[in-house]
Amino acid sequence: MRGLNKMYDDVHAVIDVNLDIRDQEFVVLVGPSGCGKTTTLRMVAGLETITGGEISIDEKVVNALPPMDRDIAMVFQNYALYPHMTVYDNMAFGLKMRKFDKSEIDARVKEAADILSIQELLKRKPRQLSGGQRQRVALGRAIVRHPQVFLFDEPLSNLDAKLRVQMRVELKKLHERLGTTAIYVTHDQVEAMTLGDRVVVMRDGRVQQVGDPMELYNQPANRFVAGFIGSPAMNFAPVRIVAQNGSLWAESPDLRIKIPEPSVSRLAPYAGQEATLGIRPEDLSIARTGDRNDLGFDVAVEVVERLGSEILLDVAAGSLSMVASVEPTATAKVHEKLRLALNPERIHFFDRQTEAAI
Amino acid sequence: MIEGAPWRRWVFFYAPVSAFVIALLFPFYWMVITTLRPDRELYRPWNAPNYAPFWTNNPTLEHVRDLLNETLFTTWMWNTMLISLAATLISLFCGLLAGYALSRLKFRFAGLLGTGIFITYLVPQTLLFIPLADIIRNFKLGDSPWALILTYPTFLIPFCTWLLMGYFKSIPKELEECARIDGAPRWKAMVYIIFPVAIPGILSAGIFAFTLSWNEFIYALVFLSSPEQKTVPVGVTSELVRGDVFYWGELMAGALLGSIPVAFVYSFFVEYYVSGITGSVKG
Repeated sequence: MRGLNKMYDDVHAVIDVNLDIRDQEFVVLVGPSGCGKTTTLRMVAGLETITGGEISIDEKVVNALPPMDRDIAMVFQNYALYPHMTVYDNMAFGLKMRKFDKSEIDARVKEAADILSIQELLKRKPRQLSGGQRQRVALGRAIVRHPQVFLFDEPLSNLDAKLRVQMRVELKKLHERLGTTAIYVTHDQVEAMTLGDRVVVMRDGRVQQVGDPMELYNQPANRFVAGFIGSPAMNFAPVRIVAQNGSLWAESPDLRIKIPEPSVSRLAPYAGQEATLGIRPEDLSIARTGDRNDLGFDVAVEVVERLGSEILLDVAAGSLSMVASVEPTATAKVHEKLRLALNPERIHFFDRQTEAAI
Repeated sequence: MIEGAPWRRWVFFYAPVSAFVIALLFPFYWMVITTLRPDRELYRPWNAPNYAPFWTNNPTLEHVRDLLNETLFTTWMWNTMLISLAATLISLFCGLLAGYALSRLKFRFAGLLGTGIFITYLVPQTLLFIPLADIIRNFKLGDSPWALILTYPTFLIPFCTWLLMGYFKSIPKELEECARIDGAPRWKAMVYIIFPVAIPGILSAGIFAFTLSWNEFIYALVFLSSPEQKTVPVGVTSELVRGDVFYWGELMAGALLGSIPVAFVYSFFVEYYVSGITGSVKG
């Protein structure tokens, strides 16, 4: 995709999207609703006209091609199974339209049904199927086509939580088995992180960052990506960068932290200015005696959420609320005052105006 | 259902429903009883002894026999059937295409056009028949089935278009998008996916259009004049009421036989009809 744009009457839905998707790659577009991810996908599918820029598949510009000539298959959020046809006919429809031999159609449908283990459903109608089964049929309908690209438009969002996790794993396996390039749209960052070889974070029609999941997690390009990726979300605190006694400090009325060595050079130009400090809940821990005093701050515990594998502490540091994820053995109680330490290697700073990472 | 004591169910449910059903069915009963009653009972004064208006002990089919043998009733039935079917098919075909276009294609003034079509449906036929009569005369179509086959669609097409437009809108557009990605050009997606899914809507539009043309009176009265061209509603009322003489038995027999095809069509497709009116397709 080069300089891709989409204008609705007076809404600029997709702005200058550039994206190179490699063969066999699983790319996930993620962002809050209305960020332009679905519109981008629909432009790739040929269901929306392109206002500016171009889309190529396999070196061939497809801007003017109708959907049927783009060699793609799409799975929709509501599955879009043809209600008047059996599962078999649903899966065979695309091949019939393309005038495949009966024997070839039969072979491909059987093969896809085997992969998805829906052989015994082939004679049923969509309304006799459960949500998960419909989902499989929709996948099967895409698989039989052997397309160059799979497009997924929030395919798992209509399933219940447990089934969603299960289908997520199956999708990943399926992609490994078929090796077909896939573009996947979701608003769920967990889905994006688990499925994507690369993840594209979008907001207000613009791409915020493209990278593999760990890249997004460890080096978010801006405050939006930092807050969007990861659960529970990153904590943010407005601070002022202050130079004192030859070192840099991040100060606010509620905390004062010595900026660790690796970040000093990047933050030096910001001395005397406002910035935003970001720290993930899992990079906060309850301070032990003997910890460095200049990397901790005092908080009051407000809520304790025991999740089993971890404990989430909702804490207040003065007027700031934060979430800390601590070991399940911690004994923090509500209203307790304690000191939190942050991991110096995992502090993020963002420019207050541009929100870009420093 | 109504909750609570049995008397509440009787007062608030059974009684009103029964009243409603009786009021609706009584005309049919009256039609049947008048058809079967011999003339000497029909024209007996109300104060005669043994006067029993709601029952007869001497049922006869003589009125039906008269109607079929002495009048052109079978010709009228045939005319009505032909005209209704032709007008319905024309209107369904146009309504399908127009309804699809208005609900699915994006083009300038689509909304305005939809409203415009609806407004034409609201123009009363009692006004429209005057200019239409002129047109029919100019095209020399008067007193032929074509006069009705071509004028009925003027109110049937807007009706079908609107009903089908609403139905098409209830079909998820992903179905069609999926078909187009699957390799079907728009017209194939329409014919193989949208139309089959819309069958309840299409059937209800068809039934309604058929009934409207079957019962239509004013155009048939104005545009047709010779007895052998007439439709059932006009034929029965004009040929069986001579001056101030009402052939009640034959009239009612005509009305009864004339309403059978419509009742048949309705009862046959009633399930489709209901789901067509209430709409909604589950994927």
